[in-house]
Amino acid sequence: MAETPEVKTYSTKKDFMKKFKKKSRFMELWYRFLKNKPAVIGLILFITIVLLAICAPLIADYNEVAIKIDMGNRFNPPFTDNLLGTDEFGRDIFARIVHGARISLTIGISAITVSFLLGGALGSIAGFFGGRFDGWIMRAMDVFLCLPDMLLAIAIVAAFGVSTLNITLAIGLAFTPRMSRVVRAAVMSVRGNEYVEAARCIGARNGRIITRHVLINCVGPIIVQITLYVANAILTISALSFIGLGIEIPTPEWGNMLAEGRAAMRQYPHLVIAPGLAIFFTILSLNLLGDGLRDTLDPRLKQ
Amino acid sequence: MIRYILKRLLAMIPVILALTFVVFTIMYLTPGDPTARILGNEYTAEASAILKTELGIDRPFIVQYFSYLGGLLQGDFGRSYITMAPVSDELFARFPNTFTIVIWAMVFCVGVGLPIGVLSATKPNSVFSNITMVISLLGVSLPIFWLGLLLILLFSVNLGWLPAGSMNHGFRSIILPAITLGANYMANVMRTTRSSMLEAIRQDYIRTARAKGVDKGSVIRKHALPNALMPTITVVGMNIGALLGGAVLTETVFSIPGTGRLLVDSIGSRDTPMVLGCLVIMAVCVAISNLIVDLIYAYIDPRIKAEYAGGEA
Repeated sequence: MAETPEVKTYSTKKDFMKKFKKKSRFMELWYRFLKNKPAVIGLILFITIVLLAICAPLIADYNEVAIKIDMGNRFNPPFTDNLLGTDEFGRDIFARIVHGARISLTIGISAITVSFLLGGALGSIAGFFGGRFDGWIMRAMDVFLCLPDMLLAIAIVAAFGVSTLNITLAIGLAFTPRMSRVVRAAVMSVRGNEYVEAARCIGARNGRIITRHVLINCVGPIIVQITLYVANAILTISALSFIGLGIEIPTPEWGNMLAEGRAAMRQYPHLVIAPGLAIFFTILSLNLLGDGLRDTLDPRLKQ
Repeated sequence: MIRYILKRLLAMIPVILALTFVVFTIMYLTPGDPTARILGNEYTAEASAILKTELGIDRPFIVQYFSYLGGLLQGDFGRSYITMAPVSDELFARFPNTFTIVIWAMVFCVGVGLPIGVLSATKPNSVFSNITMVISLLGVSLPIFWLGLLLILLFSVNLGWLPAGSMNHGFRSIILPAITLGANYMANVMRTTRSSMLEAIRQDYIRTARAKGVDKGSVIRKHALPNALMPTITVVGMNIGALLGGAVLTETVFSIPGTGRLLVDSIGSRDTPMVLGCLVIMAVCVAISNLIVDLIYAYIDPRIKAEYAGGEA
């Protein structure tokens, strides 16, 4: 009984050290992130927007407030009964913005997921195997890169018609070429590492090596780009809605709110200022967050 | 140099072929029968069949593609489903407007972004430098269609200085669209120039030049700037496509009759040949501008020049 506590203290200490070490890697990154003030502002802003989007039904009922036409209450100025005033159909602008956030965030994130699944597969195949695969896939992606993502999204929506699913797919496809390039570059930077060789030596198949060993180790640069692409995707949704090829009225979406408010903006500027600010802050928060993550994960780039 | 240009020109041919193929395929997949829309109430099976033969859309896909490509080589973009007039007439009438605002937007973004970026890098940690950093951060996040509306509110509605749309007021009508379209890229150029200048200023050859007694202005102009320009050129070059995409929005905001607006209107009226024409002409523009950027690279970077120096250059 006398010697066991000694051994135990040693093993717990080792456990403790192990735990401590593992935790500190993440905590180190977290503290480095916290030191980056713009990034923290971006994170707080983004969390606020996500919370508003999640709580939208609690803030205002969709059917009763966000899309119900109330002609008696048209063009209320901001900061009266309605926080941000009402639009030309008497609908509360704040309620519409909050419900619009749900749509923008959902489509933005699902579109980038689509582009990550497609572009990630193409990019990791091209980057991992190199050679002929790489040549063919990247030549094809270069062709698509000649079409600006906005125009590619417009073309796809034009061909298949306007619907939420088509818009998501269109934006997802439009971002695929860029995503594949990012993933390819990241995969190429780690594919020569020893642990990849080791995995191959113990007989792991290529698919397993790519998903379990290679992609895991390029999470950093990919996460950074995904953050920035979600911002771009949200901007593209609003832009498509603004020119009438995106989310259709009366569904509240920031871009179509701007398009609707445009007609009366000379008399009631709040119709276009509020939804624009919503887009602006969302994009800003994601851009700040993306830049902050890049500085955190790759301090060499920071000056 | 000539060998390099020829090589790049040849490399562009498959890209343009592939681009037209991609765009043609996407538009070919458009569901619905165009003859039903054209004929409207006069639709009968026979009339539809005759029209299909006339438009050539009863032929197999690959035949249609090659005949379209053959037409393109002669400047023939097909006929509009709505007006039945040649697409090229409308396209070439509208394109100069788009071209004008894109060029002026580039002039704005380089003309303002580059000098401010350089100045801000020469005085890091100054108030001026911090302000430019904040402006460039906010600038890249601005939705340009919203910025356009705000500029109209301020400069046309409230101050009445500049026209809010159309191209009928000469240069004055270009100012707001160019600023709107160029805003994101101006911020981007500013940021890139600033960081690459900061990088360049720290190099040993700058210290050497200063130690030799070269004055600060010449060091910046002759030693730092040429070495810091590459990333800026990359940003400007890569964004020409995005500028054309943004032109669609800018033209909508300012009601400019350009290719972008034509594209959106044609999608609304489901005029497939017109949509195809707009997309093809924009994609070709991007391919050509990529080529120009590569040539500028070669001109600036002595390493690329040296590689092809054997003989001509």
